Amino acid sequence: MTSLAPPAPRGSTATSAQGGRSGSVAWLAAPAFLMFVAFAIIPLIGVLVLSFTQWDGIGDIHAAGFDSWRSVLRDPGLVHALWVTFLIMILSWAFQTPLSLLIGVYLATRSRYREILAVIYFVPLLLSSAALAITYKALLDPNFGLGAGLGIPLLQQDWLGRDNLALGVLVFVVSWQFIPFHSLIYQSAVRQIPKTMFEASEIDGAGRLRQFFSITLPQLKYTVITSSTLMVVGSLTFFDLIFVLTGGGPGDATRALALDMYKRGFQASLMGPASAIAVILVLVGLGLALLLRRLGGRDATESQMEGV
Amino acid sequence: MERSILSRRNFLGLSMGAAAGVALAGCGSSGPSSSTGGGGTAGSASYWFLTGAPGEGIRTNTVNRFNQANPDSKITATTFQNDAYKTKIKTAIGAGQAPTIIWGWGGGTLRTYAQAGQVEDLTSWFGENAAVKDRLFPSSFGAATIDGKIYAMPAETVQPIVLFYNKRAFEKIGAEPPQTWGDVMDLVPKFNAKNIAPFSLGGQSRWTNMMWLEFLFDRLGGSEVFQAVFDGQKDAWSNPASIQALTMVQDLVRANGFIKGFSSITADSNADQALLYTGKAAMMLHGTWTYGGMAADGGDFVSSGSLGYMNFPPIDGGKGDVSDTVGNPGQYYSISSKATPEQKETAKKFFKEAVLADAEVKEWVDAGAVPIVKGTESAFGASKDADFLKFVYNTSANAKTFAQSWDQALSPTAAEKLLDNIAQLFQLKITPQKWAENMNGVIGQ
Repeated sequence: MTSLAPPAPRGSTATSAQGGRSGSVAWLAAPAFLMFVAFAIIPLIGVLVLSFTQWDGIGDIHAAGFDSWRSVLRDPGLVHALWVTFLIMILSWAFQTPLSLLIGVYLATRSRYREILAVIYFVPLLLSSAALAITYKALLDPNFGLGAGLGIPLLQQDWLGRDNLALGVLVFVVSWQFIPFHSLIYQSAVRQIPKTMFEASEIDGAGRLRQFFSITLPQLKYTVITSSTLMVVGSLTFFDLIFVLTGGGPGDATRALALDMYKRGFQASLMGPASAIAVILVLVGLGLALLLRRLGGRDATESQMEGV
Repeated sequence: MERSILSRRNFLGLSMGAAAGVALAGCGSSGPSSSTGGGGTAGSASYWFLTGAPGEGIRTNTVNRFNQANPDSKITATTFQNDAYKTKIKTAIGAGQAPTIIWGWGGGTLRTYAQAGQVEDLTSWFGENAAVKDRLFPSSFGAATIDGKIYAMPAETVQPIVLFYNKRAFEKIGAEPPQTWGDVMDLVPKFNAKNIAPFSLGGQSRWTNMMWLEFLFDRLGGSEVFQAVFDGQKDAWSNPASIQALTMVQDLVRANGFIKGFSSITADSNADQALLYTGKAAMMLHGTWTYGGMAADGGDFVSSGSLGYMNFPPIDGGKGDVSDTVGNPGQYYSISSKATPEQKETAKKFFKEAVLADAEVKEWVDAGAVPIVKGTESAFGASKDADFLKFVYNTSANAKTFAQSWDQALSPTAAEKLLDNIAQLFQLKITPQKWAENMNGVIGQ
């Protein structure tokens, strides 16, 4: 279909139209910009400055040069925390994306019972992470939990007491909580796909599977990127869930970067090194977001609707 | 391609916002501070303390009694869970939002407050009010004293850590409570054979694991071993006694001495106590503060006399004194130096008139705890927990050394490193040698 469409008018006309409009509407960005400066830029500068100081959170702040950075970068704990963060990120992405895509496509069809299902699916997202963590902790308790209560040996594992199991449980709970959100994104994205495409493909003799892989999936390209970015960058900030569920344990098996930062800063009273980790966290987040952006092609604002 | 650059910049912003949010997350967790922190009317003071029976109720009653007697200078109380409080109070003090009365454990944390000038020096006040000081256990002032000055009022109860056991579980295997460490290791396979865990442990809280090391270090090498660490001697953790103690605790872990899944159990949920009183575990090394909870939640477990208790057994060939104990020599109330003069007056009046007044002392004794007030033994006889009270009193009073819990005695930085490494040790992830090496790195910090 696209081959039949005339080339889209791009370049000078589009740019000038854009430029002309942006002048008059720039002030619309002001509230967002102010919030962003107040709650992102200023704290970020504060954290950067703190990373070059020595502070126990209570007394005076002393300049300490690169001491914090040196101690953090030499600490094998940092590499471990990065690795744990990375594992959680990849595993939860790999678990969430296919599932939420399928659920989203399934829910996109407008029929009454699916609408009801959509509401039920949405429930986990309404719960706070801390409440979720406490609930799962109680359910998975090896001595008083679900497995022990029902007498099912398979469920009677030391879920949060073994390294790999604890990590797996974490990924599961995260996914359980966030799959509804991403399903919702996919659901609305699927509904945006013009019906004409499906109708045309039906005339051409395409089956459901073919439609999914040739129309739905390509049309969802940017939704996948958006959803993945949210998952990946969001996974860097998992803190409350891990803190309550495992406390970084057993040992340091689930001690992700954000938790490591908190423990250094607020439990060990080492605000300097904790700030250095916060800066690293920002850099990692930025790097990942940019990388995903690149993967999505040079210009993500280009239209998928050309010729439709 | 102006649009592309613009949108990329937006994206940059988005991700930066997300990451900076992390940096803020720690501060954001500070919770309900605004109404209670620092402010309030001139004479009304704020007071933060811990939740959990029986202490929470008794502390609340003391505050209520004081407020009824002093309608002009009220105290507003806010309560927190143990592990959450430890972080919360530090953040609040650092942010200048401390309550007037700061509840604490004394020791290393109090030292950081004192060095930062955040808590009032009460030395002269105790000088003027000798009667207040003289009625308390002298040993309780050690952890309140920093460089010769008193920065906190010792309060509440003395809480040694003791070995609790379930008599019903011992009857099941027909064994006697352990008299030596050798007995402990012999009991482990016997209990496991009957599907009873030898020891309950809330390992996710980490300081619970630490109590084991505190006793093993003491029984093997005497109280000098940790004293050397506390004094900042180089490589003090590498003492042969400490390596042996660390090895012994790992042997116990390997022999399945602790309840399955101990590393995911928290002490704050009291699950470790539940394991003992439900008979899923036979023994538990824990502070005497758990007695009240077990009596309240354990059905007839305590009232039927099924709960046994003893001091930690000696180790053959160990140098430590059998009477030594470790735990909390008291709890500590400090006054924030950032409070207004009126608030400070209210707090001092509270210390003098309400804290450990007769009514409070009676409530502690009724709850099965030993207040740090001299001459309360006479009141024990009338209590239903008389035996336990006498045991706690004697354990505390007869101890050759009553050491403070390590994580409270050390600075927060060293304590966090200690707890981290202890968790790793119990997971068998690091060797005793590596443990000592890691810990030597933070001696004196």
